[in-house]
Amino acid sequence: MKMTKRIDAPTGTETVGHEWDGIEELDTPLPRWWLMIFVACVVFAIGYVVVYPAIPMRHSATQGVIRWNSRADYQAQVAADTARRAPINRAIAATPVEQLPQHPALLRAAVEGGRAAFKVHCVQCHGAGAAGSVGYPNLNDDDWLWGGDLKSIEYTLINGVRNPDHDATRFSQMPAFADILQPAEINQLVRHVRNISGQGKPNAAGAALFAANCAACHGAEGKGGREFGAPNLTDGIWLYGGDEAALRTTITYARAGVMPRWNARLDPVTIRMLAAYVHSLGGGEANPAAVLAEGKVDGGA
Amino acid sequence: MAALDLISPNSPLYSKRKGVYPKAVNGFYRRLKWLVMAVTLTIYYVTPWLRWDRGPYAPDQAVLIDLAHRRFYMFSIEIWPQEFYYVAGLLVMAGIGLFLVTSAVGRAWCGYACPQTVWTDLFVHVERLTDGDRNAQIRLARAPMTPGKAAKRFTKHAIWIAIAVATGGAWIFYFADAPTLAVAFVTGSAPFVAYATVGVLTATTYILGGLMREQVCIYMCPWPRIQTAMLDEKSLIVTYKYWRGEPRTRGLKKPVPQLADFPTESINIAMRAGRAGDCIDCDSCVAVCPTGIDIREGPQIGCITCALCIDACDKVMAQIGRPRGLIDYATLEDAVVEKAGGAPRPVLGTLLRPRTLVYFAIWAGIGGAMLFSLGERSRLDISVASDRNPRYVQLSDGSIRNSYTVKLRNMEARPRGVDVSVSGLPGAVMWTEAGSRDTAGPSTRVTLAPDATTQLRLFVAAPADGSEHSRFHLQAQPIDGVPGSKEARPARDDVTFERPEREDAQ
Repeated sequence: MKMTKRIDAPTGTETVGHEWDGIEELDTPLPRWWLMIFVACVVFAIGYVVVYPAIPMRHSATQGVIRWNSRADYQAQVAADTARRAPINRAIAATPVEQLPQHPALLRAAVEGGRAAFKVHCVQCHGAGAAGSVGYPNLNDDDWLWGGDLKSIEYTLINGVRNPDHDATRFSQMPAFADILQPAEINQLVRHVRNISGQGKPNAAGAALFAANCAACHGAEGKGGREFGAPNLTDGIWLYGGDEAALRTTITYARAGVMPRWNARLDPVTIRMLAAYVHSLGGGEANPAAVLAEGKVDGGA
Repeated sequence: MAALDLISPNSPLYSKRKGVYPKAVNGFYRRLKWLVMAVTLTIYYVTPWLRWDRGPYAPDQAVLIDLAHRRFYMFSIEIWPQEFYYVAGLLVMAGIGLFLVTSAVGRAWCGYACPQTVWTDLFVHVERLTDGDRNAQIRLARAPMTPGKAAKRFTKHAIWIAIAVATGGAWIFYFADAPTLAVAFVTGSAPFVAYATVGVLTATTYILGGLMREQVCIYMCPWPRIQTAMLDEKSLIVTYKYWRGEPRTRGLKKPVPQLADFPTESINIAMRAGRAGDCIDCDSCVAVCPTGIDIREGPQIGCITCALCIDACDKVMAQIGRPRGLIDYATLEDAVVEKAGGAPRPVLGTLLRPRTLVYFAIWAGIGGAMLFSLGERSRLDISVASDRNPRYVQLSDGSIRNSYTVKLRNMEARPRGVDVSVSGLPGAVMWTEAGSRDTAGPSTRVTLAPDATTQLRLFVAAPADGSEHSRFHLQAQPIDGVPGSKEARPARDDVTFERPEREDAQ
């Protein structure tokens, strides 16, 4: 590389002085508008630094003359969104939960609101997809201990299950049969329950024990009863497992799951939305005629 | 101090724009430019106002880019977002079209149809109306500011800005119903983005077309850099026939004594016979050039091949009694032939050659494929997403339920009913969120809103026995439409049915 500045004859422009393999670079001046745009950008940047928070100081950044900050911006947007949603929340609050399906727009808003609330308050036990796990019911299926219509679900949400300090709570208690039956009898009961759920051979002794000890809550056929939250023992869905070991543990020590009463933590609209969402998961049941009639009276009042 | 000097506007590092004052010219290419300008500007300004009846469920604007609803309407064609490959195809066609045009006739796009050229040409014409032609403009530029000059300057910039506003204003009408938006815009109730768009486009039109002009072509535009790769020795470009024009002499065509001063390649046949070249160095070609270049210096980046120099030179050649075409469209190949005394190839021969034909074949192939696919495309589409959490749900009777989010796209501007059904999953029943398992059946009927995507949650239950994953089809069969027609064609999607792992498989 040689370095000799000279004037290029055809263009009259000075070269930058480099030469590679006989190729020289002309030192063509930049257009002046280019400089002007550069200066304008610098001016803009200075203005930006003055107007917006920019320079990091010891404790916080400079505030900028218009005092803008992203947190206030965020809070304003949240406030605006809350205001935007207020009318539909009021409408949901004023509509009994069993009447939501008659208002498709309200139902849709409730299901979406419930979906969001579920992700915050319910997934810890019931899982992100509401599929539950051992001891925590799967909310997608069609098996309901306390009822799967909108009103029953809302009641369960409001009052919880087995809250000792709350009178309206869903409550039932299966006795622990360790003190009542002999281990051999419990084994006979296990085999009977396996039989009525289609998993094993008949067991006459177990059937007799069942009629004497279990039918009061679970029904003569073992189909359960919602007034006690007693599970249906003849279907394929088991909250604590349907194999012999799990059944033996259940009968011996009894099980009693607890859910908080949500009216102590959430506002009625959110609870109503959660009920609508849980009902929408695919196993929701139609409202019983009595509830519908009652709902109409409520709605008119 | 030295650093400050470097960014001083008077530093030799920066050069002030040299004013270009193109002289008015008449001739074939000027008339062609007027024609192209009239056609392109008419298309640009008029298109949004054309109406096209699509029935009650779709807008009746012929060309509409409906960003809010993500639809693109062009006469009878309606494009949905997932069909955006048609737009991609158009862009590819535009690219290949540019290659085709450039390899055939050089930078014809630059010279005639480029928006920068069209609007600059318009602005230059306005300048002539207010300031007069080239010489008057130069005089006015040098003159001190007087009320008269100020009035002329004001008029010029006012008209420029009016044109710029009209340009930006027309653009927004492509994105909303034009008459409605026009009223809203004037009454101040149009959306902010409309005003912002008009503002930005007004500014760019005024600055790029009025103030920067050839600077855009020379400094900003990438195409002059690419064109060197697209041109070849058979491309028609504006050429100064130096072998005929050199050496330049003013006045009478007499032999030039100092022959040795000219580079040997520019000594033409005429020179050998002892005559001067045809160029009289009148600078007409320079005076009319909108980018301010001298074409006699050969092909260069500033030349947009608008051919106004050809018009100017032909006029001069007529005046001095020489044949036209001292500056003319010619290929580099012609240049060699002509210099040697031969006749140039016919234009058709330079246009139709393997390279242009291959470009045209690709261009037409893409266009043909797009047209065919436009005619054949289905206006009903189904896509199914399986719920993943949980993958399946066991029901109390032991059967397995899967949940799906089904999107049904009815791309026709009328409501349609479809039967959604399962095929290939024995014992399957389905219901939607609107129904329940009591109403489950092998199919379900859905009414689709016109020109919209209908989303529904679909529950499919099937017996637990069966392999862990089964593939089946969800099909949407239109209930109307002539059997066998495109409208009656069902849409299908391939879906997985998930079951628990079999215990006996462990």
